Amino acid sequence: MTTTTTLTAGAARRRRPRSATSLTRSSGLGLGIALTWFSLLVLIPLGLIVIQSTDGGWHTFHDTITSPQTASALRLTVLQSFYVTIANVVFGTLIAWVLVRDEFPGKRLLEVIIDIPFALPTIVAGLVLLSLYGPKSPIGLNVANTERSVFLALLFVTLPFVVRTVEPVLIELDPEVEEAAASLGASRFTIVRRILLPALAPAITAGAALAFARGISEYGSLVLLSGNLPNHTEVASVRILTYIENGDKAGAASVAVILLAVALAAIVLLQLLTRAVAKRG
Amino acid sequence: MASRRIPAKTAGTYVRRTIVLSYLFLLVVWPVGLIAQHTFGNGFGNLHTALADPAVTSALRLTVYVAVWAVAINTVFGVGVSLLLTRYDFPGRGILSALIDLPLSVSPVVVGLALLLAYGGTNGFFGPALNSIGFQVAFATPGIILATAFVSLPLVIRELVPVLTEIGTDQEQAARSLGAGPWQTFRRITLPSIRWALVYGVVLSLARSLGEFGAVKIVGGNIAQQSQTATLVVEQKYQDFEQGTAYATSFLLALIAVAALVVVTVLRPKEKPDGD
Repeated sequence: MTTTTTLTAGAARRRRPRSATSLTRSSGLGLGIALTWFSLLVLIPLGLIVIQSTDGGWHTFHDTITSPQTASALRLTVLQSFYVTIANVVFGTLIAWVLVRDEFPGKRLLEVIIDIPFALPTIVAGLVLLSLYGPKSPIGLNVANTERSVFLALLFVTLPFVVRTVEPVLIELDPEVEEAAASLGASRFTIVRRILLPALAPAITAGAALAFARGISEYGSLVLLSGNLPNHTEVASVRILTYIENGDKAGAASVAVILLAVALAAIVLLQLLTRAVAKRG
Repeated sequence: MASRRIPAKTAGTYVRRTIVLSYLFLLVVWPVGLIAQHTFGNGFGNLHTALADPAVTSALRLTVYVAVWAVAINTVFGVGVSLLLTRYDFPGRGILSALIDLPLSVSPVVVGLALLLAYGGTNGFFGPALNSIGFQVAFATPGIILATAFVSLPLVIRELVPVLTEIGTDQEQAARSLGAGPWQTFRRITLPSIRWALVYGVVLSLARSLGEFGAVKIVGGNIAQQSQTATLVVEQKYQDFEQGTAYATSFLLALIAVAALVVVTVLRPKEKPDGD
């Protein structure tokens, strides 16, 4: 799916195009139109957030993000995203491993299931989780309106990221290398540490960065599930929405700029990893 | 990955398989399955009630209208940018390529806020000027289209760029040297080889566009029967204790999402560019 080939697609995109030509008059015009649209839709609006956040000076920004309710929302968001990222590193890698190295009937179906969290509308994702882990849970497990509901929702929406970045790398990895190492007397642990981990680490990190960025920014799946209780289950994006509804654009922009910085950091990390992988390959 | 040998199955293989299957069952399969159960628990009643509700039908209409516009915009933009990124050399190419992915990691709420700051009617950056020529963006359909186009912007490009890089430019150059114009070259040479990648990109964009929630809530204003999309109706109906309708609408949205995934998964392996 879209998350399938983050590293490889990035590497392909970064590679200087073979026999690329410089711009002609018509392609230059096309580039101009594309850049104008991209600026009007993405760059200028996002830039306005940065401007708006500094509008009231450093003090307004500082006071906003250190106000107890907002600070608590940011803390919860970062902490739960971090836990979810760790869980994804473990389970995502394991799922990718089973998808690549194991053979069983219905494996194709698994490929579809992995991508469901990505394709499902977030509000539906929240409703879906609420029906199994909410007040009417058929297994008597109710996490609604607790911090664990935030963890659960983020775990659901971030499922594909690590799987989809690790999978293509694992496909390229020849099991014969591991067999050779084993025949030379390497223990299972040594093989994992010396062969598998170094090969998979960039992909795992890339998937983790994407999952973390997604976790930080999640909104839709939490609306129905977490109850948005101030100082308890309220996350950063819900905080932004409250600021918007109260007409406090500077406050909203202050929190938004932090989320934006995390998103940018994730992309920069991804680019650096892609470049490192491209150099090694 | 032709004829890759699968290593012998050990106890570990089955342990791993069991863990993965249980994890996916508990996290995805069971919860998603319950949506169908809640929708059809009493036959087709919920679906009938939902489809007879003007709030739901007008939301579904708006959602489809918005999605078609957003996908059309992103397809044209996506094909153009993908060609520029893979076929031309220009300063800032690397930066553009990196920034294109930005919309995927920006929070929907931040997207909504950003568009409001730019296109808000009274104190947005462009809003008042656009209003004065009678074009309302925020809290109206154009704003919802912008928000939807924003969040699904990179999807077509992410599918096209690897394929365009892979197929190279030899055939295109041959066509050009034989006298074909740029448009003819694109239509006769480039388009047939990126056809499937384009289909995946469009299907994924469509799924994403139908499902956007946070950004359209903020930019559209969530006004019932006016700027309320299908996902927003789900939230409202659930909170208004019309849960049957909420589940039925969710079921329709989930059905489209899963169908899109199945289409992409079934089609994808057929794609073997250049037949190698």
